[in-house]
Amino acid sequence: MTIAVSTGPGRPAASEIVRRLPEYLTIWVPLLLSAAHLIAFSLWTIWISFTPSTLVPVTGWVGLRNYSAVAASRNWQIALDNLLLFGSAFVLLSLATGLILAILLDQRIRGENLLRSIFLYPLAVSFVVTGTVWSWLLNPGLGIQKLVHDLGWTSFRFDWLIDRDMAIWTIVIAAIWQSSGFAMALFLAGLRSVDADLIKAAQIDGAGAIRMYRRVILPTLWPITITVIVIQLQFAISTFDLVRALTNGGPGIATQLPALVVYDLMFQRSLLGRGAAAAVLMLLILLAVLLPYAAWRYIQRRRAKHA
Amino acid sequence: MTALSIRALSKRYANLEVLKGIDLDIESGEFTVLVGPSGCGKSTLLNIVAGLDRASAGTVEIGGRVVNDVPPKDRDIAMVFQSYALYPSMTVRQNITFGMECRHVPKAEQEKAVANVAKLLQIEPLLGRKPSQLSGGQRQRVAMGRALVRDPLLFLFDEPLSNLDAKLRVEMRMEIKRLHQRIGATIIYVTHDQIEAMTMATRIAVMHRGVVQQFADPDTVYRYPANLFVARFMGSPPMNTMPARLEADSSGLVAVIGAGRPDEVRLHLQGYDAAASYVGREVVLGIRPECIAEGDRAFAGATGAPVVVTAPVEMVEPTGAETIVLLRLGGEPAQARISPDVRPAPGELAPFALDTRRICLFDPETERLIA
Repeated sequence: MTIAVSTGPGRPAASEIVRRLPEYLTIWVPLLLSAAHLIAFSLWTIWISFTPSTLVPVTGWVGLRNYSAVAASRNWQIALDNLLLFGSAFVLLSLATGLILAILLDQRIRGENLLRSIFLYPLAVSFVVTGTVWSWLLNPGLGIQKLVHDLGWTSFRFDWLIDRDMAIWTIVIAAIWQSSGFAMALFLAGLRSVDADLIKAAQIDGAGAIRMYRRVILPTLWPITITVIVIQLQFAISTFDLVRALTNGGPGIATQLPALVVYDLMFQRSLLGRGAAAAVLMLLILLAVLLPYAAWRYIQRRRAKHA
Repeated sequence: MTALSIRALSKRYANLEVLKGIDLDIESGEFTVLVGPSGCGKSTLLNIVAGLDRASAGTVEIGGRVVNDVPPKDRDIAMVFQSYALYPSMTVRQNITFGMECRHVPKAEQEKAVANVAKLLQIEPLLGRKPSQLSGGQRQRVAMGRALVRDPLLFLFDEPLSNLDAKLRVEMRMEIKRLHQRIGATIIYVTHDQIEAMTMATRIAVMHRGVVQQFADPDTVYRYPANLFVARFMGSPPMNTMPARLEADSSGLVAVIGAGRPDEVRLHLQGYDAAASYVGREVVLGIRPECIAEGDRAFAGATGAPVVVTAPVEMVEPTGAETIVLLRLGGEPAQARISPDVRPAPGELAPFALDTRRICLFDPETERLIA
């Protein structure tokens, strides 16, 4: 599409601005609004975390008291332990699942498009739906255990959902189901972009399938792997709706996660200041993941420019 | 000994026939260049020889053994790719030893082989580096090292110099040629660059539309192109081709360019007896630009009176080493390579000496060489 604009010799700039006005409006207004929103509310939350606010925000300064209270609470400690376990198990297992699916799909099989859509489909489902469905599947009286019992194998037990020690793994299972398709898609794109000559060279060198993947193909995927890890980690850190729908932090507080603690403090116990402190701590954990990643990207880009 | 023998090889993808009945015999120690424009099937042919692609029909024999169903690793070949295809996560040393590692060659033997090849190619200081830390020329050397270390029956080169800049390309061209002379390897080299073909090959296979147009040594390909395609593809600027009429008079055959025109050019031909049956008919006359020179040039080995014609000059391109002149012979455009210091003015008539001994005549219907 071309738009004819009469640019008078004296004022080409003004008509240019008018012509591009829709672009400016659609890009800059939402961008500025959301940036202001994000930054303003982050700063607001940080400020609240240093005040003695409870039900409503109040002014005042309590220093790090909210932080020490949160850090000392059993709820928060369990949430951190769970985050460590859930985060690492979820990231590693979804990475492995995604990679295996991608390698299998990469064998030029029939029905690849259908399978790819099926594996990716869970991404389109909201976490609340995932959590709810898995809470039914994993419920011993409703789901898998009942099915196997009804088939006649009555000694079968699969009650992780109500087991204090194992309940966190149900969240891992549901989260992997939800997002390993995403890892698969990224890995598959990476596998498909491997230089065809590289594979030919390895064939002539006599590398079998396993050696080909281990020594030649997979090493080219590590930038994608890091991207997947970072995206999955920030998902893990901010997980809320999945846990809320699946276990609601239970049994007891066995599957507590930081986001649930924030919600609990702010909206159920009306301790705004402490909730804000917990939220700021979550932000710091996120930054601990994202800042090194940003630095790594920066270094990569600089190196690419110099090469 | 025949290193490679290809019989009635064809390859089709759905409705597209990429290779149509290729027959080639390549002797051990030869440097064979497959040359042709892009899409002529030369790379497909190389991939089939390597076993990376399957032929639709025909056989491939390497070292006297039919290898149609032999996987690439067991064909006793090594290949150098256009993109170099160095394993990015491995060091230069690991790149070179990877094939031996796959074949479970003992470590000590690997070390020795790497040392030899590194010395031969002068890449010893690079052995510890990753491919990303190498320049284009260095990568090229490492890729060759990876092929050399295998000491195969057959080396396959797939446009290995296309990604290098012009200066480096000339250097590497000479280096590959020197390497061939030193180790006496059998090489099949694919390129679209006819200068690479002319300079390096001991034999050239010119390919076009899935058919080998001519398979001969470089001088024959250049001097006696089998058909008009080869005549126009090899050489830069290419051979001038123009319609002409073949006549006979008391002294023998005469080729007339622009017959009937006031400025018609009559060229007496000697030693073109094979064309006698074309007397009175139209032919296509081919003459290389270097066979048209400034009027006072004496061609090497020429006997008898020089053939000089006066022709209008249309354009002059000084290149430094020579002057390219666009002129008209009997109304037909032709390019001439004349001495660099001779600069005829465009629009003027100027004398040109012709080397009529090196004229080629082609059949206008079949486009094949007559004489």
